[in-house]
Amino acid sequence: MGNVSSVTNLGRSGVADWLMQRVSAYVLALYTVVLFVFIIANPGMSYDTWAGLFGQTWMRIVTLMALLSIGAHAWVGLWTVTTDYMKSALPRFLVQAACGLTMFVYVVWGIQILWGF
Amino acid sequence: MLVSLYRYNPEADNAPFMQDVEVELPKGKDLMVLDVLNLLKEKDVTLSYRRSCREGVCGSDGMNMNGKNGLACITPVSQVIKKDKLVLRPLPGLPVIRDLVVDMSLFYKQYEKVMPYLVNDQPAPAIERLQTPEDREKLDGLYECILCACCSSACPSFWWNPDKFIGPAGLLQAYRFLADSRDTAQAERLAELDDPFSVFRCRGIMNCVSVCPKGLNPTRAIGHIRNLLLQRAT
Amino acid sequence: MSNIKTMTFDAIVIGGGGAGMRAALQLTETGVKAACITKVFPTRSHTVSAQGGITCAIASADPNDDWRWHMYDTVKGSDYIADQDAVEYMCSVGPQAVFELEHMGLPFSRTEQGRIYQRPFGGQSKGPNDSTQAARTCAAADRTGHALLHTLYQANLKRGTTFLSEWYAVDLVKNAKNEVVGVVAIEIETGEVAYIKAKATVLATGGAGRIYASTTNALINTGDGIGMALRAGFPMQDMEMWQFHPTGIYGAGTLVTEGCRGEGGYLINSEGERFMERYAPNSKDLAGRDVVARSMVIEILEGRGCGPEKDHVLLKLDHLGEETLNLRLPGICELSKTFAHVDPVKEPVPVVPTCHYMMGGIPTNVGGQALTQDDDGKDQPIRGLFACGEAACVSVHGANRLGGNSLLDLVVFGRAAGLHIEEQLRNGFEVDGASDADIKRAMARLDRLANAREGEHVAAVREDLQTCMQLYFGVFRDGESMDKGLQLLNEIGERVRNTRLTDTSNVFNTARIEALELDNLFEVAYATAVSAVERKESRGAHARNDFTERDDENWLKHSLYFPLDKRVGKRDVNFSPKTVDTFQPTIRSY
Repeated sequence: MGNVSSVTNLGRSGVADWLMQRVSAYVLALYTVVLFVFIIANPGMSYDTWAGLFGQTWMRIVTLMALLSIGAHAWVGLWTVTTDYMKSALPRFLVQAACGLTMFVYVVWGIQILWGF
Repeated sequence: MLVSLYRYNPEADNAPFMQDVEVELPKGKDLMVLDVLNLLKEKDVTLSYRRSCREGVCGSDGMNMNGKNGLACITPVSQVIKKDKLVLRPLPGLPVIRDLVVDMSLFYKQYEKVMPYLVNDQPAPAIERLQTPEDREKLDGLYECILCACCSSACPSFWWNPDKFIGPAGLLQAYRFLADSRDTAQAERLAELDDPFSVFRCRGIMNCVSVCPKGLNPTRAIGHIRNLLLQRAT
Repeated sequence: MSNIKTMTFDAIVIGGGGAGMRAALQLTETGVKAACITKVFPTRSHTVSAQGGITCAIASADPNDDWRWHMYDTVKGSDYIADQDAVEYMCSVGPQAVFELEHMGLPFSRTEQGRIYQRPFGGQSKGPNDSTQAARTCAAADRTGHALLHTLYQANLKRGTTFLSEWYAVDLVKNAKNEVVGVVAIEIETGEVAYIKAKATVLATGGAGRIYASTTNALINTGDGIGMALRAGFPMQDMEMWQFHPTGIYGAGTLVTEGCRGEGGYLINSEGERFMERYAPNSKDLAGRDVVARSMVIEILEGRGCGPEKDHVLLKLDHLGEETLNLRLPGICELSKTFAHVDPVKEPVPVVPTCHYMMGGIPTNVGGQALTQDDDGKDQPIRGLFACGEAACVSVHGANRLGGNSLLDLVVFGRAAGLHIEEQLRNGFEVDGASDADIKRAMARLDRLANAREGEHVAAVREDLQTCMQLYFGVFRDGESMDKGLQLLNEIGERVRNTRLTDTSNVFNTARIEALELDNLFEVAYATAVSAVERKESRGAHARNDFTERDDENWLKHSLYFPLDKRVGKRDVNFSPKTVDTFQPTIRSY
């Protein structure tokens, strides 16, 4: 019957991917708002104020959430784009792998930055 | 009026080409595009296109008229003509067999995938199965589809993945049976649809709605299916 | 074996409309190896255009409804030359056939009780003793044919029926014993020709309204089955009986359903008069279709037509209100706007009687078995050949069909043909094989066209044929003018045999199909003309100016046209229903 399965999509099911992309979009939107409010509330912000914000545990958790959301969001999106436009399996897999690796590097690097200073 | 026709006969032509033909339209009468094609065919019998009911219910003569998909038999020339020119092409995204005739097998295959028939595991009663007028009303805007393929062949997602994305026409019928109070296979139907391609390749651009010659709304039906899938998954 | 491809089935059904798909479904369900051959994708068949509904005594609108009343109406509507055993079968089996459709998923409109909605249609009463208007036509809004055809296609998909879609049947193949053993067909997409071999061949090819210039019929309604049967030498029954539907949209020919009048619409002339009150004081606009169509023509002939040419009348609907029109007649509103540039909510729709339905066809018994007559005038089965739907003449419609009876005819007799064939095959029915020469004979038309470089264009000949039929064999007929028409047809026949085909390609060659269809149109038109000249009376749809009365003494009979000697014979009408008393012919008034 109809079910078109795939092993490279993130959530294994269509609805999981769809939901993940929606939820991650909300997280990212919210995170952007928080940053904006902070920037506007602190005119002429210094390095110390900025570092102070990221020194707090709650901000680190929220930022990590945003990072993971970017990873998931970009993965679902780029996976969709590659399956739309790249009809040849090997190049498509290579591009998907490159995207996955990049996401992973960004997430790890982000964690290092957050807890590294 | 100048008619620009997409011509291709695989036996005679190396590649498709556009043929310009001048047509004298009878005065005082607004012809349908199909009437124009019939006039052209009287002069050149090699021109090929499908047609049957000539009143917009059989879905044979879906084609692309000055850039927009529709049924030739219910589209008045005056409605589509631009600068005294009519450009007729086959439905986009499907393989061309000849001239305006496309190969619809992929389209039909996607329709067949959604189990487009009523499933009811209860023994049939001696009379009809009862259904309230309210439940019946839920099928309005769904059962009227004529399978002309105007919508699916106007959908970029269907162009990219015609083998995996069911497309607006098939999904409209999928929901027609999901919404039928007499159907008992909802769980099975939803399980078949929950993959990243069948439903979720719809990006909601609503090309299907803008071209449907019967005024139906596949995008809305797809939204309903997505909600049912969400309810089932969460 | 000859060098063309052979495909073998136990049974084949030619035609993918309502009757064909119901027969195919029945065969597949009972395990017969069957295929449905159809020249258009099944849901493009003309059944899709049926609007008003399927008439059947399911006792929803009236809990006391009785199939015998339906039978009475049908026999009376037919002007008493419907076969009463066949009508009895159709009306009594009907409810079961309709419930089966509902169980398959047909989205019928509903009543508050949740049952199937039924609307009043023409010629419906509550039996011989009560002429109260009944409401017996089961409807899915005004798209019943569409809903029915799609439901049947879906049911066939569910069962896995084999379809040869966009295959065109060219001619029947007969063996040395004159048994039908399949058909030669051409795959339109590739041009490949094949012999499709079968023990049972069902012609479900529908009507042939395209013999007239003005028709509600689809462009594909070219009488292919009738043409094939006539060329094979088999007789046709009641071919003079053509129904002109009262409400074809003026100028376009597209149909607006009788359901419009069932829901309360009525016809008016140029003086704004509801003229049907004069012609049918009791039933008014819901009298038999032949009666209404004739009344309209008389109004027009007497100068009370509408428009600048005074050549049509108006169908008034606006008094029903926007809500009813949108709920019950949404398709009609759409069609009127597209083809008449009129919004029925505000203005009346211009209409004119338009060729709609062929009551005649291949004579069959109740099981769809095609019949011929031996030298003693006795019925003889044509072994291997069956027919159902509009192509067949069982006959349940006689000289005039009631609205809503065609869809019932399709499903009841499509089903019956399937049942009958399955039983016959189970009992070991066998036919002899066909020789190479037998198959070659069925390819004669293809061979002619393959070499036809000289001659006339198909379109020109077709147009003259249609104009001739429209002019000489319309609503009112006359001996003298019909003779003229027949003479003209003889000339047209010569031209039909000399058409040329300038497109010789194999891929989707629609010019070739149209040339083959023209042969069939001509066969049907000629049979119609000869039969019409011969029936010297007025009955049902056959109205003659030179014989204005019904002649029960000589013509309470079927006409039977024999193609080989172009002769018209007679066949007895059945007056012996099995479970009810015979309905005796009386004067027919509405």
